[in-house]
Amino acid sequence: MSVATGRSAVLEQNRSPRGERVLRALRTPSGAIFVLVAVLFVAVLAANPSFGEPGSLIRFIGRTAPIAIAAIGQYFVIVSGEFDLSMGSVVTAQVIIAGNLIGQDEARALPVLALMLVFGAFVGLVNGLVTTLLRVPSFIVTLGTMLALLGLVLYWTGGAATGNPADSFRQIGRGGIRDVPVLEIIPYPVLILAAVAAGAFWLMRRPYGRTLVAVGDNAQAAALTGAPVWWIRTRAFMLSSLAATVAGIILVGYAGVHPSVGRGYEFTAITAVVLGGVVLGGGRGWVLSAAAGAFALELLFTLLNFVGVQSTWRDSVQGAIIILAVGAAAQNWQRRRRTAASPTHDPNRPIEAPRPTPGTTEGGT
Amino acid sequence: MNRLTSTHIVYLVALLTVVAGTVLVGSTGRNFFSAGNISDILTGTSILGFIAIGQTLVILVGSLDLSVPYVISLSSLIGAGIMADQAGNILPAVLAALLVSALIGLANGAVVAGLKVHGFIATLGMGLIVSGYLGSTYQGSSGQAPLAFRLIGATGLGPVPVSTLIMLACAAVVLVMLNTTRLGHAMYAVGGDASVARMSGIRTTTPVIAAHVLCSVLAGLAGLLLAARLGVGSPTIGSQGGYALLSIAAVVLGGTLLAGGKGSLVGTLGGVLIFAMLDNIMSVLQINPFLKDVVRGIVIVVAVAVYARRRTVHRQARFGRTSTPPPGPGDARSGDDDGRSGRDAGTRDGVTA
Amino acid sequence: MRGSILSKATVIAASSLLALTACTTDSSIENPPAAETGAAGEATPAAGEPSESSAEWFDQAVFDEQDEQRSATFEGDPAQPYLQYIDGEMTDTSAFAADGAQKACFSNASISNPWRQTGWITMNQQLQVLQDSGVISEMETRDAQDDDNTQISDIDYFIAEGNCDAFIISPNSTAALTPAVERACETGKPVIVFDRGVQTDCAVTFIHPIGGFAWGIDTAEFLSERLEEGDKVVALRILPGVDVLEQRWAAAERIFEENGIDAVDYFTGADPVEIKSIISDELATGDVQGIWMDAGDGAVAAIEAFEDAGADLPVMTGEDEMSFLRKWEETGLDGLAPVYSNFQWRTPLLALEKIFAGEEIPAEWVLPQSPITEEERGEFLTANEGMPDGHYAKFGGEDLPGYPTVWQERQIP
Repeated sequence: MSVATGRSAVLEQNRSPRGERVLRALRTPSGAIFVLVAVLFVAVLAANPSFGEPGSLIRFIGRTAPIAIAAIGQYFVIVSGEFDLSMGSVVTAQVIIAGNLIGQDEARALPVLALMLVFGAFVGLVNGLVTTLLRVPSFIVTLGTMLALLGLVLYWTGGAATGNPADSFRQIGRGGIRDVPVLEIIPYPVLILAAVAAGAFWLMRRPYGRTLVAVGDNAQAAALTGAPVWWIRTRAFMLSSLAATVAGIILVGYAGVHPSVGRGYEFTAITAVVLGGVVLGGGRGWVLSAAAGAFALELLFTLLNFVGVQSTWRDSVQGAIIILAVGAAAQNWQRRRRTAASPTHDPNRPIEAPRPTPGTTEGGT
Repeated sequence: MNRLTSTHIVYLVALLTVVAGTVLVGSTGRNFFSAGNISDILTGTSILGFIAIGQTLVILVGSLDLSVPYVISLSSLIGAGIMADQAGNILPAVLAALLVSALIGLANGAVVAGLKVHGFIATLGMGLIVSGYLGSTYQGSSGQAPLAFRLIGATGLGPVPVSTLIMLACAAVVLVMLNTTRLGHAMYAVGGDASVARMSGIRTTTPVIAAHVLCSVLAGLAGLLLAARLGVGSPTIGSQGGYALLSIAAVVLGGTLLAGGKGSLVGTLGGVLIFAMLDNIMSVLQINPFLKDVVRGIVIVVAVAVYARRRTVHRQARFGRTSTPPPGPGDARSGDDDGRSGRDAGTRDGVTA
Repeated sequence: MRGSILSKATVIAASSLLALTACTTDSSIENPPAAETGAAGEATPAAGEPSESSAEWFDQAVFDEQDEQRSATFEGDPAQPYLQYIDGEMTDTSAFAADGAQKACFSNASISNPWRQTGWITMNQQLQVLQDSGVISEMETRDAQDDDNTQISDIDYFIAEGNCDAFIISPNSTAALTPAVERACETGKPVIVFDRGVQTDCAVTFIHPIGGFAWGIDTAEFLSERLEEGDKVVALRILPGVDVLEQRWAAAERIFEENGIDAVDYFTGADPVEIKSIISDELATGDVQGIWMDAGDGAVAAIEAFEDAGADLPVMTGEDEMSFLRKWEETGLDGLAPVYSNFQWRTPLLALEKIFAGEEIPAEWVLPQSPITEEERGEFLTANEGMPDGHYAKFGGEDLPGYPTVWQERQIP
């Protein structure tokens, strides 16, 4: 990394003032999502001022944690240029595994937890290897996994789980640190989300993260630099399935076992990631923006609940807002690309896009 | 040119399914080729066939359409609603249903080509918008298709349902359009590489919008056909069949590249046929419905895997690149086997071969 | 180029060849189902009519009829509720009397929810009994996986290829399946329809519990008695557009209105995550005194949302699903478990036994449907000990072979 350090010293001199950098970052799609989150938050507050109380706010974050974690997982796959449609089925499978294997026996909580993580990683490994080594498009691979996994789990359980897992296990998703000043309670999901987000942020600044984005931007170029593209992508799938597993563990605690837990999660997660300014096809976007995209979606749902939009019209409002938000973001990318003389890879031009470049601290992930 | 294209492989897989079907259905004491069974399989191909034809076009131009289920439902409701059991209303009803479908397709195309939103998100959002409208406007099934219209859904020439013939006729028209018209060539070119197409003087937005409009119109036709079969319009009929993902799977199974620019409509029909036969065989064998999904999932992946690898090798040769293939097992993939970068514009199976 | 020419040639050849063959039309199509709608009492009429607004799910006549049936006397042995029926028009089945084991063909809408899964298990154990007694040789089943179009194909396949001696049909939706059921009737073989109805009375019998309005009346009256005017009830509904569910809400909504109870409804897809979020949001904006559900799936999540928010537990109606009964006992809340009698899954096969014996059966076989009250709860909990959470207390299969392990392990064929 000595080269990078030398380069970062040069870049340090050329950096613009912090305020300007923040403003510029907010104009990128991945930055604009934070503005959207802020706008939605104000709107929810206007509709229901009590939402702003620290206690209910922290509960809201806890509730959003599983979908935000899923979005972070999906980010790895999308930024590397792939899709993971199996996420919802992984969540459902894990929820049912927890219900059936742990049952009311608290002693089994830890071994089963380990088993679930191994199983999650294994599903990701299969998705990744079939995508990279057998060259089946990830859309198809994960669609196949989605059907097969859900079918197997339902077949195994006869469609419904035996019952909820032991309460101690469910505390992960349902409980929290109590008697905290101001907040009353810090739900465990909030802590898990913070840990996952920090881990993801760190990972995207590691060589792995940078190569992952490079692979998503131009896999051929990345391969020519000697990066093991297949293994990098496979690990992205494993991260995604692991994130789905963590989301499943939280959800089984939060809501309990039911075959419909996790239904449609893949679409919500992908929507969140795209709302976060991450480009489908790979190569662009920050991981924390993906999590912010999840918050934007959840705030939108909450707003629709508080405003009292008729239940049947909610889908329409949601669809329109998604198209508008992503359309506006896409316009932004287009403008930025058009201002550059050549589409993307001109070595003579500095790369403006906020992708993690070695040495810059700006934007990062 | 005696190498196998993906289209050939699809039909080999289909043939394999026929053989498996003959054996498995035979083992239950039934005949795979009996009139009732063939009619069951072909009926299974007709609805999915319409949607998959449209989906092929959309995927060829590098987009996706996830809104089809809702277009289908809406079209069935508009069609059956306007018909109101009067044979004289059939024509206006069909036109109105197709017009609304076309408008939704136009909106999809405008968002994808104009706003540059990825087809996945654009059509997911559009699907939500239509689904909200369906949920708010219709409570359960509605309308009534007159007898003359329901005959389409219930008539057959021998064991071949009329609906399947209409579907094949549509496929033939689209095939001619793809292979002989400027629009068809432009669709391949834009899907292959939009910037190359633009530099060759093709208006890149027109083919994308046209593909989306055609896809929605074909979904609208599928909705009308369902109205003919059901006798009524239904706000959930499109989502009941899981057509969005299944049609994409059929298209890819048929050898079309998910990233666009390369593919074959004939292959798509093969993919649809494979799904229909698979469903038929599993139903005859009375396989547990949960396991049916498992089989479907595995077949989708395995069937695509059969030729996915060799297809890449061929395409690399066609690039005529001088660079040596990158090392490592997965590296030959190098990001473009699904056509993201360096696509070969304008080549298609069975057309330029 | 070869491929496309070949395919075009194939299309042309195929179509011209087919033009030479005979034109076949399913004859039954010529009886437009609209003409049959007059025979209302049979089907579930409110669902049959095309409706444009939610108000049209409400049908005063059917509401009154089901309200009455709630207190009707049922013929038959109360120990065998799956054979009980309300006295009414009977169908003579002597024409169907047959010797030896017969083949049944069952077109099922789906087994995609715990209620249908439980019933399907019970039905298979009942089948075993009738196979052992030589009434039924085999039952061929096709599952439509919740798709009308598939179910129409399934029925047509049975007619063409099934060699069926009788049809049992559990329709996925009312209007759409009517033509297909009529085609099955035209084969001259006995047809039994159960659960959701169709708009024709050509079937030998239509088996169903009292109905959705009765459910709505039981539950809404219970809540209205215990709540005061102006209290808030959150109604958790699974999905729109399904008649058996819409009727439950149509009746309940009417009664809540009459009693001045403020009811808001949500669609949840039975997803407990969704349910918990909805209740949390409702509790954040104000107090909630009652919870009404159109199916008990996910009831536990609703109760937990109150626990987690530290709010007073509501008065609540769920269903006879074990998860709700257990949570109800554990929390001691004031509740009621309405029942959509799961034992009706046994009745079609038992009806077939009577039909093949030539015994007369009710033309519309209305089965008992009575909610489980707090007093009865303990009894049902004891009887169903060891059953999974997705099991239904009134499944009615205690005397069948395989009890209780088959239900405990949820062995789905």
